[in-house]
Amino acid sequence: MSVSVGPMADLTGRPAGRRSGPGGSRRAVRSVRYYLPAVLVFVGGIALWEVTISALNLQTFVLPRPSAILAALGANWATGRFALLPAAIATLQEALLGLAIGTIAGLAVAFASARWVTARGILLPLAVAANAVPIIAFAPLMNNWFGLANPLSKAMMAAVLVFFPVMANVTRGLVQVEPGALELMRSYAASEWTILRKVRLPNALPYFFTAMKIATTLSLIGAIVGEYFGGATSVLGRRIVESASALKFDVTWGAILLGAATGIAFYLIVVAVERIVIPWQAGLRAES
Amino acid sequence: MTAPLTAQAPAGPVVRIAGVNKTFSRGDQVVTKALEGIDLEVARGEFISLIGPSGCGKSTLLRIVGDLTSPSSGTVLVNGKPAERARLDRDYGMVFQSPVLFDWRTVEENVKLPLEILGQDAPTRTARAREMLELVELGDFLKHHPYQLSGGMQQRVAIARALAFQPSILLMDEPFGALDEMTRERMNSEVLRIWEQTGTTILFVTHSIPEAVFLSSRVVVMSARPGRITNVIDIDLPRPRNEDTRETRRYFELVTAVREALRAGGGSLDDAGTIDGGASLERTMAEGAVG
Repeated sequence: MSVSVGPMADLTGRPAGRRSGPGGSRRAVRSVRYYLPAVLVFVGGIALWEVTISALNLQTFVLPRPSAILAALGANWATGRFALLPAAIATLQEALLGLAIGTIAGLAVAFASARWVTARGILLPLAVAANAVPIIAFAPLMNNWFGLANPLSKAMMAAVLVFFPVMANVTRGLVQVEPGALELMRSYAASEWTILRKVRLPNALPYFFTAMKIATTLSLIGAIVGEYFGGATSVLGRRIVESASALKFDVTWGAILLGAATGIAFYLIVVAVERIVIPWQAGLRAES
Repeated sequence: MTAPLTAQAPAGPVVRIAGVNKTFSRGDQVVTKALEGIDLEVARGEFISLIGPSGCGKSTLLRIVGDLTSPSSGTVLVNGKPAERARLDRDYGMVFQSPVLFDWRTVEENVKLPLEILGQDAPTRTARAREMLELVELGDFLKHHPYQLSGGMQQRVAIARALAFQPSILLMDEPFGALDEMTRERMNSEVLRIWEQTGTTILFVTHSIPEAVFLSSRVVVMSARPGRITNVIDIDLPRPRNEDTRETRRYFELVTAVREALRAGGGSLDDAGTIDGGASLERTMAEGAVG
């Protein structure tokens, strides 16, 4: 006698993952639970910083209190000798320009090396070698090439830093496609162009966003370091250098804080765009 | 019985393999004789299984038929054309051990992929994709993403995709090798039902003797090093076959016959039981043998 197995309905099991149900508030609770420890540690750390400096009676030039930094940030927000907001905006513009240049160049090389094996053979070793150079050392040269006062010299510093992670990640995303996917496309007699559009590009998107998360921070670093070596005065890098030489360390810290906040905002924008452009990736992560 | 879903194709065998050899070399040195003197004809509407121990070249043979790799010598004609011509004419539907679904596409969009490449218009694509997903009983999962499905369901999507553009032959390379035994048996029944409904010719590579016997009209038994066809066993089990078929005396006799043929060919059962080193080894070697 046989155990009869019915028709095919749902024989191979239910879907491993369900779409999130009616649980918006539950998700809110979960994200609060997720971020709460980090927030607590952060707030606790600030409080500890404040208290420790009072207790040890540390001088402001060693480490100002958080409250003093905030006060300096407020006092020098939009006006005065150390106006921070316009400086941050100017630096952000340089960083954005550099990010755009570096990303476009990185993408161009990535596509070329994904498309032509010879290009990969020539470009990748060169790029790796170039990446081993301490790129920050180029800052004075950039100022020389593109003009000390020209924001482009800072943008190029940012671009050089951005180039490598974009190029390396996107190349990997375009090239490291599941071999089966290429065989499948071959069985459809698909052209290289079709394979690029339907397989390689979507495959490379998560890699691209990973690169962008690194690149946004790097672009700010590049711009600020470029500014250290001279140029326009109303930029974050100059504010840091000048306030430090004037021993106004609370302002220096304020400028650093503003730079950090800009970097974090930058990063969060990339994350938000990523969620919109490749929603399946968030789903994938949730499954694993 | 519904009308055949496959396109009309010329009479004569779907696949004619004559004197096919395949060697993998590194430089000038022949490393492996993967296939030697393979002759095989597959008639329209047949369900042929290739079975053999790891490294017997059964996956390589399938890949040669599908023009994913070329033979070192010998000829392969598919629908009377060279394999490459047949591939360019989109005569093949392929299903691999891994379902190869794209996570950025929904289930429905995955099935539409080949239809997009073939340049069919949007309404036709949608209608066809839904029809195929109904066929594999996944009509309720059109908008799901692959990672939301179980392994068996993913493989059914891959089958729907392979059938979507009405290929005249379906090449299946251990499609259920990664599934557990229960799921595998259910998928076997499902493939049989689809095969009966569509009339598609199927060439099926497997490590599993019960699977080969249950599904096939003929089982092609191969031996390793060099990969040769040592036996072809007609499976005369009545159709339609169902789960009860697995308990009949004739079924057991045929399972035994295939097992003995494998043993006679030098493939130990343990070899035949190991899931997968072979195919991946062959693929690695194929990649190493450029030029």
